[in-house]
Amino acid sequence: MRLHGIDYAIIVLYFAFVLGIGAALKRFMKTSLDFFESGRSLAAWITALAFISANLGAQEVIGMAASGAKYGIMTSHFYWVGAIPAMIFVGVFMMPFYYGSKAHSVPEYLRLRFDEKTRALNAASFAVMTIFSSGISMYVMGRLFQLLLGWDINISIIVSAVVVLVYILLGGLTSSIYNEVVQFFLIVFGFLPLVFLGLKGAGGWTGLQARLGHVATDAGLAAGAWTESWRHMGTATANPMGIEWFGMVMGLGFVMSFGYWCTDFLVIQRAMAARSMNAARRTPILAAIPKLMMPAIVILPGMVALAILPAAALEFNGQTDYNMVMPLMLQKFYPPGLLGLGLTALLASFMSGMAGNVTAFNTVWTYDIYKPYLKSDGDDAHYMRVGRQATVFGTILSVATAYVAMRFGNVMDLLQLVFSFINAPLFATFLLGMFWARSTANGAFWGLLSGILACAAHYALTGVGADGAGRLHAYPSDMARNFWGAIYSWTTCFTVTIAVSLVTKPRAASDLKGLVYSMTPKVRETGSAWYQRPVPLAVIVGAVTIAINIYFW
Amino acid sequence: MALDLRVPLGLLFSLLGLLLVGYGLLGDPSVYQASLGINVNVWAGLGMLVFGAAMLAGAWFGRQTGRPTSGR
Repeated sequence: MRLHGIDYAIIVLYFAFVLGIGAALKRFMKTSLDFFESGRSLAAWITALAFISANLGAQEVIGMAASGAKYGIMTSHFYWVGAIPAMIFVGVFMMPFYYGSKAHSVPEYLRLRFDEKTRALNAASFAVMTIFSSGISMYVMGRLFQLLLGWDINISIIVSAVVVLVYILLGGLTSSIYNEVVQFFLIVFGFLPLVFLGLKGAGGWTGLQARLGHVATDAGLAAGAWTESWRHMGTATANPMGIEWFGMVMGLGFVMSFGYWCTDFLVIQRAMAARSMNAARRTPILAAIPKLMMPAIVILPGMVALAILPAAALEFNGQTDYNMVMPLMLQKFYPPGLLGLGLTALLASFMSGMAGNVTAFNTVWTYDIYKPYLKSDGDDAHYMRVGRQATVFGTILSVATAYVAMRFGNVMDLLQLVFSFINAPLFATFLLGMFWARSTANGAFWGLLSGILACAAHYALTGVGADGAGRLHAYPSDMARNFWGAIYSWTTCFTVTIAVSLVTKPRAASDLKGLVYSMTPKVRETGSAWYQRPVPLAVIVGAVTIAINIYFW
Repeated sequence: MALDLRVPLGLLFSLLGLLLVGYGLLGDPSVYQASLGINVNVWAGLGMLVFGAAMLAGAWFGRQTGRPTSGR
């Protein structure tokens, strides 16, 4: 792939704006509230777009296109089943506690509701996880641009790290959020033409169905296996993903999805920066609207690639590597100019994915690790300085992680696996904490810990396919194993939390006001138009989601 | 409201739109074989130009009426 002057001009223009936004925001960063929480002042449309953009890193763009080629339209379950219901739930039911409790972070909510040790467990694992995700994302970016354009991987990593560092130091969370919104529109404008050209090249949706029908029958599956999202989910062997509907709905749609969208501070932090309770609650629900459309932009190009590119184009070193489908599609269809825009969109999503992790890290570090355990009597300016320092060493640690990833790829795979163990049971803890006043601190802590251990044990005792011979159980696919691991982990956490809670002493009801559903006055949303109220919006988004699922059944 | 996001958003996309439209109209037309004969630079550029202008207009009129940003 070769770039022209116009492509470089677009990339340079983007970098100038990213830094310019940071510089323009500098004078508004007066207190730690401005730096860590955007002064709780942002409009709902901004926090909503940042809410999905923070998750829409380039690994997501590249990975979803890859899954689109590998699994077909079933990949959209990651959006329509594995995101939207949880986003609606967190907006309607959980945001009142996050926003209303005045906690600075998700781990801090755990301290208010339960105790110090539950918070420490969550804060420490979250802090390490954010550093690793941003490091891995840097490494993936460096390698991609090296492969595509021959850019030196060291330069890619260092330049992107410095740019992200500078704009967060200048503008704090607001900088990160504003750039996430810019990234969202870059992705839309950068990839929408690709969807249009790809579909046109494949002969429209019907043409694509016909071409992918051959792919499916060649793979020994029904002709619609790549283009029908639910019809082939009766048994795991009838679809390319290798999972039956129950495991998918419970594992992905319930445990993993709610565990991520309802408890991960990376996304919740965006909603907590909104200017009012109403705006915070609408944030994830409004975010669900573009989220609903995302499969068209990120999954469809992968499906088109599988239909029209020769099989050899996807082979690297003799192995099929679906991760290159998005760049290959850009290369095939884009002229100079639009190519620069598409690459800028990828670059932007890498950098804002990194920035999202770094801003979540500096907040959790400052409020959940530094303030409680290292120095609790500093003034506001002190904690703002600590936040800036955390931004610097968080970025340095991310860069170091990127280099570790470059050297020891397998270590990273293992670590990502470990983190999936830590996240899986978390939603059970929050669900019981928010909706069952009787649940206790010890119940939460031991429930969470045993959930994590259950997930690890499940992984150790099972296998996939032939690899599972001699193990307790052999799953048809990695996907099935992950989903079921999550289900067991969640159930363990849920059961143990209830059991331990019943034998330990509950907190006084008066302590739980604003933290538990039954002890908190309901939020009344009267006097504003229906489209400014979370519940009517949630009902509409939910209905449209169901309609889309039925249409692509 | 600190800095109205619609201003940088509007400026960036207006400029990107102008760049693409200009390049699409003045540049070598043979590069559009890849994009199935369609001058996608002009079309995508126009789309971005309209979006950018709408953002700037929103920021301008939002400022005029003294309302913070759209929504609440």
